[in-house]
Amino acid sequence: MASLKLSKVLYVDLTENKFWVEERPELFEEYVGGIGVAIKLLHEECPKGVDPFDPENPIIIATGPLNGLFPVMSKAVMTFKSPLNGALGESHAGGRLGVALSWAGYGALVIKGAAEDPVYLAIHGEKVRIKDARGLWGTSTQAVGRVLREIEPGSGVRSIIRIGPAGENLVRYANINVDSFRHFGRLGAGAVMGAKKLKAIVVSGTYRGEIPKEKRGEYYKLFKEIYDDIMNTEGMKKYHDLGTAQNVLVLNALGGLPTKNLRSGVFEHADGISGEYLAERLLIKKVACTSCPIGCIHVALLRQPLPGYDYETLFVSYDYEPLFALGSLLGVGNADGVLTLIEHTERLGLDAMYAGVALAWATEAMERGLIPEDHAMGLNLKWGEVHTYVRALEHIAKRRGKLFDLLADGLEKAVEEYGGKEFALIFGGNGMPGYHNGLATHLGYLIGARHSHLDNAGYSYDQGLLKSGESPPVEKIVDNLIKEEAWRCVTNSLVMCLFARKIYTKERVLRALNFAGYAFDQNKIIELGHKIYKLRWDFNIREGVRRADLMPPERIFETPSARGKITKEELLRGLNYFFEKMGIPE
Amino acid sequence: MAYKRTKILRVVNMERCIGCENCVIACSNIRLGKITPELSAIRVKSTGGIEGAAFSVIVCRSCEDPPCAKVCPTNALIAAEPRGIFYDERKCIGCENCVSACPYRAIYISPLTNKAVVCIQCGICTNFCPHNILQMVSVEEAE
Repeated sequence: MASLKLSKVLYVDLTENKFWVEERPELFEEYVGGIGVAIKLLHEECPKGVDPFDPENPIIIATGPLNGLFPVMSKAVMTFKSPLNGALGESHAGGRLGVALSWAGYGALVIKGAAEDPVYLAIHGEKVRIKDARGLWGTSTQAVGRVLREIEPGSGVRSIIRIGPAGENLVRYANINVDSFRHFGRLGAGAVMGAKKLKAIVVSGTYRGEIPKEKRGEYYKLFKEIYDDIMNTEGMKKYHDLGTAQNVLVLNALGGLPTKNLRSGVFEHADGISGEYLAERLLIKKVACTSCPIGCIHVALLRQPLPGYDYETLFVSYDYEPLFALGSLLGVGNADGVLTLIEHTERLGLDAMYAGVALAWATEAMERGLIPEDHAMGLNLKWGEVHTYVRALEHIAKRRGKLFDLLADGLEKAVEEYGGKEFALIFGGNGMPGYHNGLATHLGYLIGARHSHLDNAGYSYDQGLLKSGESPPVEKIVDNLIKEEAWRCVTNSLVMCLFARKIYTKERVLRALNFAGYAFDQNKIIELGHKIYKLRWDFNIREGVRRADLMPPERIFETPSARGKITKEELLRGLNYFFEKMGIPE
Repeated sequence: MAYKRTKILRVVNMERCIGCENCVIACSNIRLGKITPELSAIRVKSTGGIEGAAFSVIVCRSCEDPPCAKVCPTNALIAAEPRGIFYDERKCIGCENCVSACPYRAIYISPLTNKAVVCIQCGICTNFCPHNILQMVSVEEAE
């Protein structure tokens, strides 16, 4: 039977200025695609103990066999050694990249080495070019996007990913902007591109292959079934309606909305940055990632007055995470304010979540008098003061002034200098996501291989427990989180958008994989998930992650969560159970 | 003999397009069984303009007295009654006359086949348009 598995890996060496393609069918046979392939390639390509900014730290981008075949298989996965925590750098992005790579016939892209002068990479099917980007260096993510849309072919079938000033200046939580409003947001992928002097990558697809004649009937049936389910059931509805921003009021009502550096889980001005407020007053359109009929990318209008009757009109995309990180966490309770901050992280190429966590810490540290006045470029950070935060974001991206230069290296550097570790909202080196829901939430951040709330959705587990009123032993919580993360290792190998998880049941995932030529059954697919989960943690351990690196900040025990006060003893018991189970060294 | 069209594809409420490209995927994957955007007869691009719609759909609009058919030297493209075209790919020699004749630039020569790619009004894409921007309508309705 003809197969639709992927097999090609495109290697680009920026030091040697060359590229080549390898047929790696065994790699895709064993690991499918996405995170499975990307973590395996990271083990292969990343030398142990390498400095994240060393040219030898690779950037790996993987798509999956179902991208370009089925609806909402819309993501691409990136791996690298993170300059933020020195461990697994893993980030996921929507847009068109996953489908474009698949259309181009590649399962994965491996970028090694570093260019001497700024370059960008243009991949149009088999045609690969490393091009001069000296003139583009220093531009915002939006400016370079406009230029590349003009000078590169492939309008409508291409993906353009690029970094802004933050990535160029090696800010350790610089992100990569993907197409419009999507990102490889977390763990400093943009800084690794910056270290390689790689400003942008353009990918456009040509031809992946044929669906065998005898399978076309089955393909149509499955495609239609999935599409109709997305359109006609409640499985993805919330993502289209209010979008993830719906969570602002939900979390606030539960007392789990991190506010003012998590001094509270309730924000008095939550209404002003809520999904409802934004949708009713400022939402102008919704757009989609390629292959997704939902279109969850909510775009708001930000109208900034200029002198006279002039206005600067900006389109800003919002989601729950940036609304929390640059809104409630900083005490910013008005929509224009939070949209202004989102817009600046977008332009500068900063992870909005980490940037918010960093500024929240800095605001509290200044309040406590921990930071000498002459370290902060004359800024006095105060809760809710948007224009001060705008300048602070620019200082971070450009590494101006002692405080902001330290912040650009991450909060761990800043607390070494100034103290205040107990209120630095850092989990395994990554910045806190927007949920203070309870024990499972924080355990989830810590035991997730990339310390993301999306690793294992502990926040959602807590919300479920709130509803059911149950209070399971912490060991059971950890077991369930591991189980969820292992399953997500499967869906992140396809590569599916996690928002479609109710549509793509285990049974449907198996059918879609089976269609692509994989003979997995229930047990084998879960085994694969656990294998990938372990490979991700193996990388962390290989790079020196130890139990002491996985301790949460004291602040989470002080501020009551949605499920009440979290006791340190219970959390540590859960962590120890995890450490033993996964073999995390002392 | 005259080729008759009874239904044609219409693009309505372009402002509601979210750019998901399920139409593009359906056209190539489902209609042709080929996983490629390079054979899809429908394309979605961001507009780049400053008016309303974020995207524009580029697809054959079934012209009356279609200019593409006029310049086709091999009768691969033939005017249909009362509007639109019929396309016989076997006759196409890839001369590109139609590409520049089409006012919508909705015909292109695929680098994969060196033949014209143009919508054949099959309507498969309309099943996968979440906001019903793509619709098959009767020729009378389209008037």
